[in-house]
Amino acid sequence: MDSYRRVSRRGLILGGMQLGFAGLLGLRMRYMQVDQADQFRLLAEENRVNIRLIPPARGQIFDRNGAVIAENAPSYRITMVREDAGNVEEVIARLSALVELDEDELNRALAEMERSAPFLPITIADRVGWDDISRVAVNAPALPGVTPEVGLSRHYPMGDDFAHVAGYVGPVSERDLARYADPEPVLRIPRFQIGKVGVEAKYEEMLRGRAGAKRVEVNAVGRVMRELDRREGEAGADLQLTVDNGLQNYIKARLGTESASVVVMDVTDGDLLAISSSPSYDPNKFVRGISFDDYAVLRDNDRRPLASKTVQDAYPPGSTFKMVTVLAALDAGVISPEETVWCPGYMEVGGRRFHCWKGGGHGHMDLEKSLRESCDVYYYDLALKVGIEKITDTALRLGLGMSHDIPMSAVTEGLTPTKAWKERERGSSWVIGDTVNASIGQGFVLTSPLQLAVMTARLATGRAVTPRLIKSVEGRTSPSHSGENLGFNENHLRWIRKAMFAVSNNRRGTAYRTRIAEDAFRMAGKTGTSQVRNITAAERARGVTSNDDLPWNRRDHGLFVAFAPYDAPKIAVSVVVEHGGGSSAATPIARDVALQALYGRDPPLDAYPKKDRGRIKTQQERLARERRAPDGEESSRA
Amino acid sequence: MSYLEYTVKSVPTGLRKVLYLNWPLALLLTAVASIGFLMLYSVAGGSFTPWAEPQMKRFALGFVAMCLVALVPIWFWRNMATLAYLVSILLLVFVELFGTVGMGAQRWIDIGFMRLQPSELTKITLVMFLAAYYDWLPMRNTSRPLWVLLPLLIILLPTFLVLKQPDLGTAILLITAGGLMMFIAGVHWIYFGVVLALAGGAIAAVFQSRGTSWQLLQDYQFRRIDTFIDPSTDPLGAGYHITQAKIAMGSGGWTGRGFMQGTQSRLNFLPEKHTDFIFNTLAEEFGFIGGFSLLILYVLVLLFCIFSAMQNRDRFSSLLILGVGLTFFLFFAVNMSMVMGLAPVVGVPLPLVSYGGSAMLVLMVAFGMVQSAHIHRPR
Repeated sequence: MDSYRRVSRRGLILGGMQLGFAGLLGLRMRYMQVDQADQFRLLAEENRVNIRLIPPARGQIFDRNGAVIAENAPSYRITMVREDAGNVEEVIARLSALVELDEDELNRALAEMERSAPFLPITIADRVGWDDISRVAVNAPALPGVTPEVGLSRHYPMGDDFAHVAGYVGPVSERDLARYADPEPVLRIPRFQIGKVGVEAKYEEMLRGRAGAKRVEVNAVGRVMRELDRREGEAGADLQLTVDNGLQNYIKARLGTESASVVVMDVTDGDLLAISSSPSYDPNKFVRGISFDDYAVLRDNDRRPLASKTVQDAYPPGSTFKMVTVLAALDAGVISPEETVWCPGYMEVGGRRFHCWKGGGHGHMDLEKSLRESCDVYYYDLALKVGIEKITDTALRLGLGMSHDIPMSAVTEGLTPTKAWKERERGSSWVIGDTVNASIGQGFVLTSPLQLAVMTARLATGRAVTPRLIKSVEGRTSPSHSGENLGFNENHLRWIRKAMFAVSNNRRGTAYRTRIAEDAFRMAGKTGTSQVRNITAAERARGVTSNDDLPWNRRDHGLFVAFAPYDAPKIAVSVVVEHGGGSSAATPIARDVALQALYGRDPPLDAYPKKDRGRIKTQQERLARERRAPDGEESSRA
Repeated sequence: MSYLEYTVKSVPTGLRKVLYLNWPLALLLTAVASIGFLMLYSVAGGSFTPWAEPQMKRFALGFVAMCLVALVPIWFWRNMATLAYLVSILLLVFVELFGTVGMGAQRWIDIGFMRLQPSELTKITLVMFLAAYYDWLPMRNTSRPLWVLLPLLIILLPTFLVLKQPDLGTAILLITAGGLMMFIAGVHWIYFGVVLALAGGAIAAVFQSRGTSWQLLQDYQFRRIDTFIDPSTDPLGAGYHITQAKIAMGSGGWTGRGFMQGTQSRLNFLPEKHTDFIFNTLAEEFGFIGGFSLLILYVLVLLFCIFSAMQNRDRFSSLLILGVGLTFFLFFAVNMSMVMGLAPVVGVPLPLVSYGGSAMLVLMVAFGMVQSAHIHRPR
């Protein structure tokens, strides 16, 4: 019986060990399922529940009358789910019989389909037409796994009219993400669009809205089993611009292929009624993702359609700067309006001869005559009397040399030079010739068309009017920008306005030929020509000063600033025509635009001087044909 | 004492034997298997196909086999032990040469109605053969070196063949079961001390061998060990399985998430949910109460074996019952340790619960022999 006892003793020992181990398993079970249950339950929930973002509807952009500038248009695409399609090739073959499929896109989609899970929908055709979509829908039974889907995509019904103002949206890029310290998760949604330039970019946060979210249950490979709950997002805020769609559209057509910019501003409250840069481009192309060729055409065009010339380009203001010089002199009390200066056609300063544009000279010039006929020597004289500091100070008060706060891209500060600036930037000291050049808006002075309009509005009102582009956000009107009184002597301003009136309405004025004939809307303005090149001594000797003899890109810029009506100023206009050859390129545009703005429609021919009426009539008819059909777009006005 | 000394007249004969079957054990086994059916039904998403129904049929077959084996006198099985062992070795060699490769290992022979896994069979035939060996060996020779070397070879031969497949889980089971059989049989303590010391050295050698030309384990086996030591090193690869398994288990809590409500298994986060990791589904859906109940059932089966062996004065019977109990214990202990993150994932099924034909049939036949030993015990 010894053997039996051995078995039983060892057996018991082993049995005890086994039971002990079973106990250990029980304890482990208890530890995991009771003590750590909450933690594991949480992990299981994290596994199971996915948060999916619901992209918010982007806010719309309207003009001041409620016409749509930027909207969310339905965009159709065709998607396919591999596992539902069964025989993918056969379904694709049937589909391509109905809808034209892009070869490259199709191959890309098929490759993507191979890589991703079989239950994920893959886009096989994007931005398809409504006809194609309905054909697919009708033939749905023959196309298993194929679904027509509708999404929202940004659309700009005004085409290129507002390209530089509203800007455009595009898919989020790595660079966009890098700009945010902590990018919102919604930005990581594929194909999510954000503002790239213009108002779309500057008001991005407001327009975007807030993403909603839904919680879905997913399985281990990510297939959505069911939706658990959802929280709707908040749509983005709607914006209303101060710009008038009709006027903006008119200006676009009026400028045609000219490389030019026009700003129309309401002098009473700073509203930018139009802010147009020509030539322009179609922002819708950028939303879709512009092709390399299309982009190259825009980029290589020497009239720079991509540049927003009204705010981002700064030009020497030329003679349009003369109001600044004269106001500085009046303000400093160094001259009186009746004082005359003799213009022999040039002036010697510091051993250098500064020419007047009129070789033979103007003779005796007082304030009004000098501005009317744009005599340069008069201003050289003022410059020597008043000095650059006072001129710069006055320029700043009139809104030059500062960046105005409007939500467009790359708003320039321009340049109002000072002695300190020259020493810092150029490393040489200020010479008196610099002051002389600055007095007629040449040399270092640079202003943007927007700044010129602001300057004109401030001269017309005497108040610190600032430009305003956003009229209201989500129905809440933003405050008026009529501004405080600038503190200039009202008499001084009156003299200057009177002189500007003479520019347009005196027989000897530089803009007399492009005057407004309607008494109620008389215009006061100032012409300007800004040199792109220096006239060399050789050229002067040869007499090559006519712009017509030069290649386009070396011709002078033509400028004109004006306000109207003279008696009760309502609008300020600034026009810059690049390489227009002189101010005569700008003045007719300014008159047409001013009349269009004042009448709010095509002006009657009576508003023009008699001899212009025939030509204007033809022009109006031509533009009416070229402009966007008003019915189609304006019916959407609120 | 040998079977010739039985007081044969007190042993039941003929169909009367059925009454002497140990019905509580049969009931326990059925209960365990039923838990398996329930879970297989659940992981199939509330369906008898593809797992629950075949499993039930196999259990019915296994149950009949158990009864038939139980009715045959135990001494017949003792005489068959050597043959059974040799057959299983031959099958192992055969599967090595002609077997079907599945899951990266040569494991089964397709015999028409089912796939036979010789390695499963070996788990029992080894125990049988060792029990017969120690029954035959005079007690005084038990601890003599030569007589210790022989059973060692008996154990190592199938272990080596199984390891070649490669099936680490079964190899560990074989070597542990064999070693413990020798322990029960009364081999001197000294040997076990030496073996344990050698094993420690061998484990060190295995780890030392990694990356060398004489590497002792396959790469995937090393990775499994790495993953076991720190699942987070490979959260989306092999570590993913064990992490998800633990989440399933832990999220069950006291009472579980409810029948067919386990998100980890229903949403496929749980790997191998119908075989090796079926316990996690049970633990997720029925919680600690469900999991612990199954453990209790297993322990009751184990206790039956221990008490039955203690009562049985026949040395072969006693060793065989303890051996079967031991094998059964190793199955569930290794599986549970593995799915609870206490041991590396080595691919050992949960006995009578995991989906699988060979393991279930072999275990039921083994319990048939336990029943036979119980019925034909000397009184």
